[in-house]
Formats: sequence, C-alpha cells, structure tokens
Amino acid sequence: MEEMITVYLMGKPYSVPSNLTLMDAMEYAGYKHVRGCGCRAGFCGACATIYRIKGDTEIKFCLACQTQVVENMYVAKLPFFPTQKKIYDINQIKPTEEIMMQLYPEIYNCVGCNACTKACPQSLNVMQYIAYAQRGEYAKCAQESFDCVACGLCSARCPAQITHPMVSLLARRLYGKYLAPNTQHLDDRLAEIKSGKCEADVKEIMAKPLDEIKSIYNTNNKDKEK
Amino acid sequence: MQLTQVMLDSIKKVEATRPKRKGMDIPLFSPEEKEQLLAEFHPDYRKSGFVELKVGANAGGKAPVELARLLNGTSRVYKKNINLDKIDYECDVLIIGGGGAGASAAIEALNVGAKPIIITKLRMGDANTMMAQGGIQAADKANDSPARHYVDAFGGGHFSNKPELLSQMVLQAPEAIKWLNDLGVMFDKQPDGTMITTHGGGTTRKRMHACRDYTGAEIMRVLRDEVINRGIEIVDFVSAIELILDTDGKAVGAVLQNNETGEILIAKAKTVIITTGGAGRLHYQGFPTSNHYGATADGVVMAYRAGAKLMYPDTLQYHPTGVAFPPQIVGALVTEKVRSVGAQILNIDGEAFMNPLETRDIASSSIIRECTARNKGIPTPNGYGVWLDTPLIEEIHGEGAILQKIPAMFRMYDKFGIDMRKVPILIYPTLHYQNGGIEIDKDCMSTIENLYVAGEAAGGIHGSNRLMGNSMLDIIVFGRIAGRIAGEKAKSVKIKKFTLDFVDKYQQEVEKAGVGTGVASPMIFPTYTHGNDKIQKLPIDQ
Repeated sequence: MEEMITVYLMGKPYSVPSNLTLMDAMEYAGYKHVRGCGCRAGFCGACATIYRIKGDTEIKFCLACQTQVVENMYVAKLPFFPTQKKIYDINQIKPTEEIMMQLYPEIYNCVGCNACTKACPQSLNVMQYIAYAQRGEYAKCAQESFDCVACGLCSARCPAQITHPMVSLLARRLYGKYLAPNTQHLDDRLAEIKSGKCEADVKEIMAKPLDEIKSIYNTNNKDKEK
Repeated sequence: MQLTQVMLDSIKKVEATRPKRKGMDIPLFSPEEKEQLLAEFHPDYRKSGFVELKVGANAGGKAPVELARLLNGTSRVYKKNINLDKIDYECDVLIIGGGGAGASAAIEALNVGAKPIIITKLRMGDANTMMAQGGIQAADKANDSPARHYVDAFGGGHFSNKPELLSQMVLQAPEAIKWLNDLGVMFDKQPDGTMITTHGGGTTRKRMHACRDYTGAEIMRVLRDEVINRGIEIVDFVSAIELILDTDGKAVGAVLQNNETGEILIAKAKTVIITTGGAGRLHYQGFPTSNHYGATADGVVMAYRAGAKLMYPDTLQYHPTGVAFPPQIVGALVTEKVRSVGAQILNIDGEAFMNPLETRDIASSSIIRECTARNKGIPTPNGYGVWLDTPLIEEIHGEGAILQKIPAMFRMYDKFGIDMRKVPILIYPTLHYQNGGIEIDKDCMSTIENLYVAGEAAGGIHGSNRLMGNSMLDIIVFGRIAGRIAGEKAKSVKIKKFTLDFVDKYQQEVEKAGVGTGVASPMIFPTYTHGNDKIQKLPIDQ
C-alpha cells in the first residue's frame, strides 16, 4: 500500500500518494491542467513552482514535473510571469557590448544578491552568466546558460528586475550566429546542392527498381562509418 | 530513489561484464531476424491494438483503437449552433500548432508577404520539438551525401516512404542546418567549425547534428524568439476544436476555444496549416509516452472529420529507451544519443543481447522480447526494464563525458537520486512518434484544398518507421515549405460562405455505421488521475 501524505496545493490540503511528482499529485487531487503543464520531462519550463515546507523559513523553487511531493509542502505553481522580451533583428545587431546596454540595460543594476542562482531549478549559475553578459562575453554567457529552460523563476526573484532567460537567449543567438566558427563542409555541400549534382544523384536512386535500392541499402549498411 | 535488491544484484553482473564489453563489436541482426522480431514483438503487429475504420476517407483501413475512439467520437461543435459570422481573427495563413513546424511555417509565410497567425493550445513552443534531445540529421560532410541519407531513411522506413517527400527532405537538409545556424542556433562544433556529428539508429554515416542533448529545446527557443521578433501574432492557450470549410469544400479557418474562459472564437484564413504534432498522449496499447502533454492528435482528428485522408495511421514508433525506473518519470525519453556515445543495452545477467544502434522498431522489439519471451528483464514497480549501461560512456570517453554530452539526462535522473555516471539506468520502450499522419503531397497540401500539414501531424515522409534525427529535420524542411506555399497560395484564394455542414454529415455517418463512441473529439488534453479512480467530478459550470 502506498504511503499517503498531505500537500497544500495553492494553500488547500490534499492527501496524495508520496511517490508522485507535484504535477501528478495535482491531477490525483482532481486538477486538470490547462496551463502550467508542458513537456512533463523538465525541458520546457512551463511548470515553474514555488513551495515551502511547513515550519521551514526557506522558500524553494522547482519544476512541478521533476519534483516528488514531500509531506506538508505548501505549493504555488506559477501560471505565468510577466517577463520583458526586447524586439530586435538578428541580422542587424552585432555581438558588441553596446547591444546588451541598448536592449537589456537593467542587467547593470544587478546587486549581486544571487537570488536568481538560488531559484534556478536547473542549478545554473545565473548571476555568473549575467555578469558575462554585462561584460559582453557572449561565448561564456552562452555556455553557462545553455541548459536554461526559461521557467522565469530567476526573474520572479530578481530585485533588479532583470529578465535573465531573455538576456541569455540573446547572448546564445549572438554566439551561434556571429561568434561560433563557420562550418566549411556545410557551405561546400550547399554549393554542391546548388550545382544540381545531389538532386541528380537522388533522382537516379529513386528511378531504380525496389530490389536494386534494397541492395544499395544493404551495401551501405556494410560500409557503415565506424 | 531506492533501487531494489534484484536491481542491485543485477548491477553487480553489469559491472562484472563491463571491461570485456568495452570496445566490443556487437553484430546487427540479419534481415530475417529483423522481420521475425517485428512480427512477433512489435506492438504494431498486435491485432487487438487496431480496429477497422468504417467512416471517412480511410474507411476499410486500420487505425489504433484509441485514435479510432476519437475519430468515431462527437465533435465539440456538433449541434452547438456556432455563430460563424463573428470573426475574431483574420489572416492569410492560419497555423494551428506552435511547435517547430508551426514556427518555421509562420516565418516563411511572412517572408513571402503573407500574414500568418499561430494558434497554440498552450504556450508558443510547448511541443514535442522542445523535447527532442538527440539531434537533427543532414548529410553535409564530405564522406556523406543526400543520396546516402535518402537510402538510409528509405530502408529504415521499410521502403514505404513517399519518395517525392523523402527526396525533398534529404536535399533540403543542409539548407535547414544553415538556416538554423544563421538564426543563431548553437550547434556542437569543433574549434575549426566542423560539426560534431554522431550516429543514430539506422544511419550509415555520422550525420546527427546536436546541441548537447537539448537539440530540440535550443532550436525551439530560437525559432520562438524569431517568431516574436518578426511580429507574428501568437494566440496562446486557445485550442482549435474544428476546422471550417467553405461551400466549395476548401479549408478557410477554424473554430477555437479559450482553455480557461471557454469562449468560442472564429478564425478566418485563406489557407490553413496544421502543425499540431503527434499522439503519444493517447497512450496506444497502454504504453507510457515520451510525448508532450498536448500530443493528442487534435489536428489529425479535425482534418479527418473534414474529409482528409490519412497515411499509415497504424504505424507508431516506440522509442526503445523510455525511462522504466524511477516510477515518477516512467515513459520519459532517454535520448538515443546515450547509445550514440557508447552505452550498451543489457539484460538482467549483464549480457549485451543486441547492438545498441539498431533502428528504433527493431530495438524496441528486441527489448520487449528480452523482457517477455526470454524473461531476462529486470522487474520494476511498473513492469520490466533492461539496463542502459551509462557508466560505460565515461569508460570510453573519460570522466566528465556524461555532463558534457548528455547533461539533460544526467539532471533528469539526478533529481530522483540516481547518478547515471555510477550506475546504469533502466529503460523500456515508450510511445514516441506517429510515423503516419495526414497524407500530404509534395507541396504539403492534404487531400482538402488549402489545408496544408507539416511536422508530425503529416504522414508519408518516414514510411512506417522514422530514423532518429529525421523528425527535427522534417519539421524544419516541411514547415518552411508549407509556410512558403500556403503563403503564396493565399494571394489568389477567394473565400466562399463558411460551413460546418461536414460535421453533421460525418456524425450522421458515424451513427449510421453504429460506431459512435460519444467521447468529446478532439481530445485537447488527456485526463490523468494516477490511481485516484474513485474521485467523482461534475463540470463546475453546471
């Protein structure tokens, strides 16, 4: 028999099996999610959640789909958080320090409290990547922030009103487009495709009888790259 | 999470065989063995999982029981007297579904001068795209070619792919990578710019491009950002519940419903693109799923009711490595990349009973056989699993390789107290992908005029089995094609009078055939109770 525990969903007590995730426990209690639920696998950031264990002073942060329920948990799932996304043309901007100043000047108001880092359910060093962004070090900001799921909990906690996920997204796009090394073999293949050679090769195979294609398939499999 | 004693004992055997398995070449199954495995163990071959459709364009054909229940269900607008005259949204191209295909379509529709609107029942980007971990295929290296990519995918799909679709996909793959790269997607590269590529099941060249194991998430967040930057209107938390046709039978819009207020909204468009994704949340044959909460086949159901033909609706993909333990995340995806970088699949005795990079249908069948007919699975609270030997990855690539190559996987298990660097993980097949879907032509148009489809909702590209990394590719390539063509087409469309008469006609046929199930269709969201089946509920607005 599974153990039942009490959790307080939006402040209201429900008895739920102790082995469920918070997301599942809400459904067990009778909720049907119409927002605040997404991939249910920790990738999308839809289920940002704040909780406190009764009697504990510490406020905790998590993704509801990735967190097992605990006795006497007081839970608020954030339905939405108003973040600030600036509009830009990725082809017009350049990876300079100035672009952050223009688009997200509030990052320079960071007071170094580290509340963002403490709130991150992905255990990212959020304050550090904001520091990189302040200095225009986009490659470092991009790497440090890469696993961000944009749940927005950092922004919800920030006294300087920074929208961290949007800042790091800008840094990653700048890095991916302008700073990451160019891929020569991709350009070569695109030129080959433009010449019509690749299409001719594909068409030649398509025109073959099925048995012949099957035999090419088997030959190719024997010549599999190690 | 506490491992059972049986698991701990089995891990000792896994550790004992590891030194000898490192670097071992495990042969692929022969073509005859593969056929036998599929016939005996693949869920698509289980007759009780399917039923013959009696109504609609595929009457006489097979569909999964759970999908047929919705196709034979009751339209949410049936006998509801919907007022189609009050137009809430008007655009050139109505895009239903806010994942990777929808975003790509919207950007390209805008590029050809059309006005798109994206409708999404959750947030923009809430889609299976976000969850695609392993990678995206493209033949862009010197030892590879689009022709080889074509043959790999054609063979993987059991030679049943639509050639005119598959050829477009492989030929436009390098361009898709370039497009994403230039939008700022951070592909894994060597310092000299060479793409770091790996194998997926069924590839004969290493052409899997990745962004760590957040490939889909990285692509989706960049596309979402671009959609917003381009000023494209997004209508979120609103579900499409039925298509609207005009009196000529062309697609001209959709009936929508606000999830929270229940308000009915009408969208009018010159062309419509369905990019609603897959069906994992229908839990075919009771399987858990790796899919997004919204993957309920809404687009397939709406298009079918409006008269569209489906292709291969009876072929599903069970991803061989879904989580089998811990119970909190059963069914969640363990990316194929874990095997690409070296993890082997083992039974309770620590034996590598198969090559870890068989195509997905073969791999799943082999794992099901190991756990059932051969009784060599490891018991879990939910059933069985087999080991995926993750510590072997660090044996091969050195310490730190797991955090570098598959950080998302490490994190997912770590949250439940399992350190995959030290212990292997338990996996079992999970419902992952609908290989088939709404039939499309080379322009992505369905059999209904001006109704286009892209992404997982479409059928034919992958035949009856998709290779890893070809769906990320498919959503970009065909999303863009659908956006461009539907955008161009919109310029010459004249809309006649709106009608939902086809809904009445379809419902009458369902009733006449005696197959009506009465369930509200499309599903929109699944209902879960996690064992609390005694709960009694009534709608709160009555």
